[in-house]
Amino acid sequence: MTLSRRETLVLGLGAAVAVMMPLGAHAAVEDAIAAFTGGADVSEGGVTLTAPEIAENGNTVPISVSAPGAVSIMILAAGNPNPDVGTFNFGPLMPRQEASTRVRLAGTQDLIAVAKMSDGSFVQTSREVKVTIGGCGG
Amino acid sequence: MISRRDFLQVGMAASALYGAGGMGNWARLAAQQTLTQDDLLRFDTSGNVTLIHITDIHAQLKPVWFREPEFNIGVGEVAGLPPHVTGADFRKMYGIADGSVMDYALTYDDFVSLSQAYGKVGGADRIATVVNAIRADRPDALLLDGGDTWQGSLTALRTQGQDMVNVFKALGTDAMTSHWEFTLGIDRVMEIVENELGFPFLGANIFDATWDEPAFEPYQMFERGGAQIAVIGQAFPYMPIANPGWMFPDLSFGIRQERMAEMVAEVRAAGADAVVLLSHNGFDVDRKLAADVPGIDVILTGHTHDALPEPVLVGKTHLIASGSHGKFVSRLDLDVRDGEVKEVNHKLIPILSDVITPDPDMAALVEAERAPYMDELTEVIGTTDSLLYRRGNFNGTWDDLICNALLEEREADIALSPGFRWGASLLPGSDITREDIFNATAMSYPNAYRTEMTGEFLHIVLEDVADNLFNPDPYYQQGGDMVRVGGMSYRIDIDQPQGSRISDMTLLKTGEKIDASKTYMVAGWASVNEDTEGPPIWDVVEAHIRKEGTVSIPSNETIKVVGG
Repeated sequence: MTLSRRETLVLGLGAAVAVMMPLGAHAAVEDAIAAFTGGADVSEGGVTLTAPEIAENGNTVPISVSAPGAVSIMILAAGNPNPDVGTFNFGPLMPRQEASTRVRLAGTQDLIAVAKMSDGSFVQTSREVKVTIGGCGG
Repeated sequence: MISRRDFLQVGMAASALYGAGGMGNWARLAAQQTLTQDDLLRFDTSGNVTLIHITDIHAQLKPVWFREPEFNIGVGEVAGLPPHVTGADFRKMYGIADGSVMDYALTYDDFVSLSQAYGKVGGADRIATVVNAIRADRPDALLLDGGDTWQGSLTALRTQGQDMVNVFKALGTDAMTSHWEFTLGIDRVMEIVENELGFPFLGANIFDATWDEPAFEPYQMFERGGAQIAVIGQAFPYMPIANPGWMFPDLSFGIRQERMAEMVAEVRAAGADAVVLLSHNGFDVDRKLAADVPGIDVILTGHTHDALPEPVLVGKTHLIASGSHGKFVSRLDLDVRDGEVKEVNHKLIPILSDVITPDPDMAALVEAERAPYMDELTEVIGTTDSLLYRRGNFNGTWDDLICNALLEEREADIALSPGFRWGASLLPGSDITREDIFNATAMSYPNAYRTEMTGEFLHIVLEDVADNLFNPDPYYQQGGDMVRVGGMSYRIDIDQPQGSRISDMTLLKTGEKIDASKTYMVAGWASVNEDTEGPPIWDVVEAHIRKEGTVSIPSNETIKVVGG
């Protein structure tokens, strides 16, 4: 047997995450949040981030965000080489401030959603998504 | 023919005898009382609704031996809570007398001795007798199957689950949920669900992977005793991760707690007086779900193979654990009035095959299902000097035997056997038949691979599996046990985070520490990767047992466990 794609993915990623998380990624996340908020205070809550606890396929992880009253929501994948996932902007005619997308995750990491509310305040939440080898479930 | 033996129940006498007799041989010491089918089934029918729960039978149609685990460690908030209590601690927690039937059924320590007194457990014909007896009291009792029904035996493998489908239809099952069912492949599952099953196959958390839309019925409403009972199904959440996703490529699972909250609200709005969750989440996941999703009256738990003699209460939610392999049936009588459950009465019924009279119709059906395979099933391959069992967080003698077979037959340095919790036990002195080997190995991706792995990758594998078992957040646990390892020892510190639990990995044949950069020849089975090459594991094990003649598995001292 050749332990194929899955093994390679996990091997590569284990190493990459271990090296990058403490240094590069964290600073990049802080920079991205600061750029989005202009340095304003960010409180917890008011934005919901839905994602699987354990990714079924780290290459395409379905996620959704919702923040009633938001004008935009930025999503970051804190453990990716480039943490930027995207920013959703909601026009005044949008009935609901929610959006779904799929992200590629380089390994187990936190996803972060930051929402800018219509009053100019900012809220955020985060959720850990695990990327695992799997294969031993009961 | 099956003889009805007289049964020895120690009861209070056990504690008096303890000092004189010492551990072991309770069977001989216990001679006061006989145990009857009526004793096992006695129940004061109450309320207006009865639920019967069977789960994780793993295709065991005939009575088997089944030893409960010695190690079933809970982490984080659930440390020391049921079901993470074993042996003497378990007996003390539930007031179970040493040597009693519930000692035999629920704890491990005196298993071999007590097995002589109490006999095998399970059997579809005995289960049918119990179900029929309950329905004699309460004709419209709901029979709910928690899944892991269509996999785990030679006959289920050969018939692609048909034998189990036929038996569970004959039992009068009202609904089921699923896990290993999907390892028959999506085409076979759909063939059964759409054309053969005749009762709902529920899974609120099963979605189409492309469009993220519900793929199966989430719940079924039943009118019973003048009340509306909603049964919501929850399939195993980590199906495409723990089992081969390529066998059901268009499905997505997950816990989907928000979806469960929506379903509870939906069935309540539709008039449900009681909400029952038929779950294959695993006990700790269900315990967390019960705390986070209000409005569920009863969770019929499954997957982790726990058996508890009393419900665990989380808020107003009753969690029921009904064991595995047909060893138990749970009965719950609910008093459902005015839109709520007023009272729950519960009994965990051990299916002692020598006490419960087989139902003749079911016995005939089981024999008919097995008849085409009898020559294959009954061939004796060898004998065992040791108790062979699977359950335990770190190892079991069945997997020690499988790892030995992999090391020798596949000429490997290190062997890996997955931490499955299914598989019947075998008593010391028993013949090992082909059926016994299949009871520990029968599944649809059995190929025994042989491949090189670096020391670093082996460490990643062990860390990954350890976190699936010991992550303090139950939602990150997949519900299996630790991968079993042959040819290598290691130390595990349960309380550390992923990446820091496993150390001191040592190659047993040289006594040298595993080198991260060196490659080792590794044999294993049950890879989730498509196109895995190698002989099926049962052939590897059979060849090994034939050479050994009589297998003997010494106590496994290769894993040093810290913390937990």
